[in-house]
Amino acid sequence: MTSRAMTLAGLFLLLLTPGTGGSQVPGTDGAGDHGGPHGLDGHGANATNKAFPVLSFDYKHVQMPFEISLWVLLASLMKLGFHLIPRLSSIVPESCLLIVVGLLVGGLIRVVGEDPPILGSQLFFLCLLPPIILDAGYFLPIRPFTENVGTILMFAVVGTLWNAFFVGGLLYGVCQLEGTHLGRVDLMACLLFGSIISAVDPVAVLAVFEEIHINELLHILVFGESLLNDAVTVVLYHLFEEFAAAGGVTIKDVFLGIVCFLVVALGGILVGAIYGVLAAFTSRFTSHTRVIEPLFVFLYSYMAYLSAEVFHLSGIMALIACGAVMRPYVEANISHKSHTTIKYFLKMWSSVSETLIFIFLGVSTVAGQHHWNWTFVICTVILCLVARVLGVVGLTFMINKFRIVKLTTKDQFIIAYGGLRGAIAFSLGYLLDKVHFPMRDMFLTAIITVIFFTVFVQGMTIRPLVDLLAVKKKQETKRSINEEIHTQFLDHLLTGIEDICGHYGHHHWKDKLNRFNKKYVKKCLIAGERSKEPQLIAFYHKMEMKQAIELVESGGGVKIPSAMPSTVSMQNIQPKKPTERALPQLSKSREEEIRKILRTNLQKTRQRLRSYNRHTLVADPYEDGWNDMFLKRRRVMELGKKISELNNYLTVPAPAPDSPTMARARLASDPQAWSIKPKSDSIPTIQVDLASPQSPDSVNMVDEFNKPSKPTEAEEEEGLMMKAPSSSADQKERKRDKEDGVEQQRLARCLSDPGPSAEDDEDEPFLP
Amino acid sequence: MGSRGSTLSKIPNVDKLMQETGFSQAHIIRLHDRFRALDNDEKGYLCPQDFEAIKELAMNPIGDRIIGAFFAQGPQQETVDFNSFVKVLAHFRPTDKNRPKESTSPDPINSRTNKLKFAFQLYDQDKDGKISRDELLQVLRAMLEMQVTEEQLESITDRTIQESDTDRDNAISFEEFRKSLDKVNIEHKMSIRFLR
Repeated sequence: MTSRAMTLAGLFLLLLTPGTGGSQVPGTDGAGDHGGPHGLDGHGANATNKAFPVLSFDYKHVQMPFEISLWVLLASLMKLGFHLIPRLSSIVPESCLLIVVGLLVGGLIRVVGEDPPILGSQLFFLCLLPPIILDAGYFLPIRPFTENVGTILMFAVVGTLWNAFFVGGLLYGVCQLEGTHLGRVDLMACLLFGSIISAVDPVAVLAVFEEIHINELLHILVFGESLLNDAVTVVLYHLFEEFAAAGGVTIKDVFLGIVCFLVVALGGILVGAIYGVLAAFTSRFTSHTRVIEPLFVFLYSYMAYLSAEVFHLSGIMALIACGAVMRPYVEANISHKSHTTIKYFLKMWSSVSETLIFIFLGVSTVAGQHHWNWTFVICTVILCLVARVLGVVGLTFMINKFRIVKLTTKDQFIIAYGGLRGAIAFSLGYLLDKVHFPMRDMFLTAIITVIFFTVFVQGMTIRPLVDLLAVKKKQETKRSINEEIHTQFLDHLLTGIEDICGHYGHHHWKDKLNRFNKKYVKKCLIAGERSKEPQLIAFYHKMEMKQAIELVESGGGVKIPSAMPSTVSMQNIQPKKPTERALPQLSKSREEEIRKILRTNLQKTRQRLRSYNRHTLVADPYEDGWNDMFLKRRRVMELGKKISELNNYLTVPAPAPDSPTMARARLASDPQAWSIKPKSDSIPTIQVDLASPQSPDSVNMVDEFNKPSKPTEAEEEEGLMMKAPSSSADQKERKRDKEDGVEQQRLARCLSDPGPSAEDDEDEPFLP
Repeated sequence: MGSRGSTLSKIPNVDKLMQETGFSQAHIIRLHDRFRALDNDEKGYLCPQDFEAIKELAMNPIGDRIIGAFFAQGPQQETVDFNSFVKVLAHFRPTDKNRPKESTSPDPINSRTNKLKFAFQLYDQDKDGKISRDELLQVLRAMLEMQVTEEQLESITDRTIQESDTDRDNAISFEEFRKSLDKVNIEHKMSIRFLR
């Protein structure tokens, strides 16, 4: 606690000494470069008067980057601090804490006498918002989204419209009342205010919902709504701004407004999709320059956002469309490392952005000029709540008529309660022109109050409420291959039934889209072999790889299943394992995979993230004890080879070769286990290849496995087990190698990117 | 087409049908129209050729199995009359969560269990109550068409069975099937909105 305060204090002394000025524009340097001209003059005039300045202080020319870095550093340190305090992060959502910090910082700056910076709209919309939205869009779970897209659109469009008009209209009514002295606020201004305040904010929703791990359906409903209502907000905002300036509105204008909405929404999506396709196409050719692959993803997405903003289209929708469209193709093309880079960079940027946004909200509260009007503010808060509840209830009533899985009252409550407002509302309010809207300060005060109310009150209480109401939580489970196969089977079945009924439903169009995708699009946008790879196979390989990684991490406690003949002794051996997983029957192809996996594993591959919580990243299992890991892996590789021998020779080996003690004993006695034998190319050599850019794995592997491997392996293992060499085993071995050569082509590229998370839907077809 | 009344009167036992399947009158009429559209020669029943004439179904990897399911009501069934047609399609009606549970009446056709049983039947062609390794292999081969090697198919099959086979008989029984689909929202997945 005290160290944090000290860091804070230290940072601010540094910050304040040169003086901050207004928003993020660097102050004009009236006090110029002290050292230079005087020194030169002095030097020119009389050479010996002024000594050459050994150490000079020149802050002005680094002021802007310095301050920006300082703010970002502050934000990150705050984040660190919160999670060090044990129970705080479980009670109070991070967003609240950050706003409080912002308030403190703002207060501190004020106290010192400087003018705290306000969250400028330029900064917000162009720098802070895009990373968060891109992160959301790129990792958007497509399947629940498309299954509920009707509901989401209803909430986003109709709900927001309802909110805007309800709040705006009733506020106007309130303003017209005699006692409030608010007569100056005209209808247009009220409606504009209503439209600003009615939009559910994706940043705030993400920040709060990510911590409560609510079930997928509710999460996607509220979150999807917050993303898609951007189009509505943009249109309404510009519409009312124009009307307020122009003074009147006609039917034609209303009609134009509707057209404008369609243009904004669809245009945004179109722009995003175009950039997405471009990005996918570019990624097809990046196999030789892996290092800049992530850059393409980021650049194309940002360009999509900016291009949409040029035409006043919905930038958020463009960004979402771009991310969602490019993802399946880009992920098929890029290397594993690039994938990890993209994932981590997005998470990092969005995390920092979010932190900065909340801190700045706090600071801006202190900094801004406020005009507190009790009536207005209280009415706004109440009306927002009422509007939200009524809107959700009414819409759900209508939507449930069309839904297969209906929304229950509990669901409705959570949806209504999760309608948080955030920084977008504030920035839009800040953008208002003071000339046309003299009551801007009052608006801003009201907006901030609503934001505080929703973030603090609703944000803090939603977690206990979720527990109280026993709302279904997110299921942290891995998809089994059974589920995957059966789900695809059911998809085909439903498509067939729909065709029999003559009904062009959901499945029918999905199937058509999948076929189109497979036939044309994938060929264009995915490089090489992977364009033909069916979804199921990719999924299967990912599962196998994951399991192999688990195998490595469990230290090689292998349990051979009993399906092998005459292996009675093996059955009884149950080495203690941390997990209950039984290994699959290790067929020849599979343990080839395991070998490859073990090798690539040494390049520090990571396990997939289970849940998309920005705050928890899976701990790095390879951080400590790098050497131990190395040894363990060698051991496991030996075991892997051993298992292949068992498979081929069908004999009972000497006492449990797979029990840990035996393994250790064997390795201890066998000096060969530790040395890398360069001569026999069949034995997979470990390449510790940490820094080099990833070359396609297939190249490495095919080269090594093309040589026949049996004879040399047999020699190596001779002292360790009994075996009965047989000619049939030879044949099998050779056949295996040939087939493996072919198989590697197919396997290798999949192994290059296992994908981020277990429950995420990147394993599924383009539009599942 | 005829008026509603006349259409309904053409269907034998329409009330019993409605009660068994839970379809409303409007649905029955719609399905009857579709039945007649599929019935090319106005025979009054459907034969396999009528189903095969639906071209999208021909592209479906498990199309022939689906057609087979309609003809599976009795042994060696050659024709599908309207009642059987409706009864099969009743499996895909969305479940009514609010229906009062009567403990004496049997499960409705569109309950989760019955939906799963229907799907299970499509896997289990020889009707021995289990999905054997070969049957699973056939399904996978059909779904993945030409895109994978036999090796990979076998690995996947082995892995699938191994994952869900709790009684170690190297086949998937209905209970194991049901258990592996525990987390999937079958009521949503196996329902067509049309058939509400």
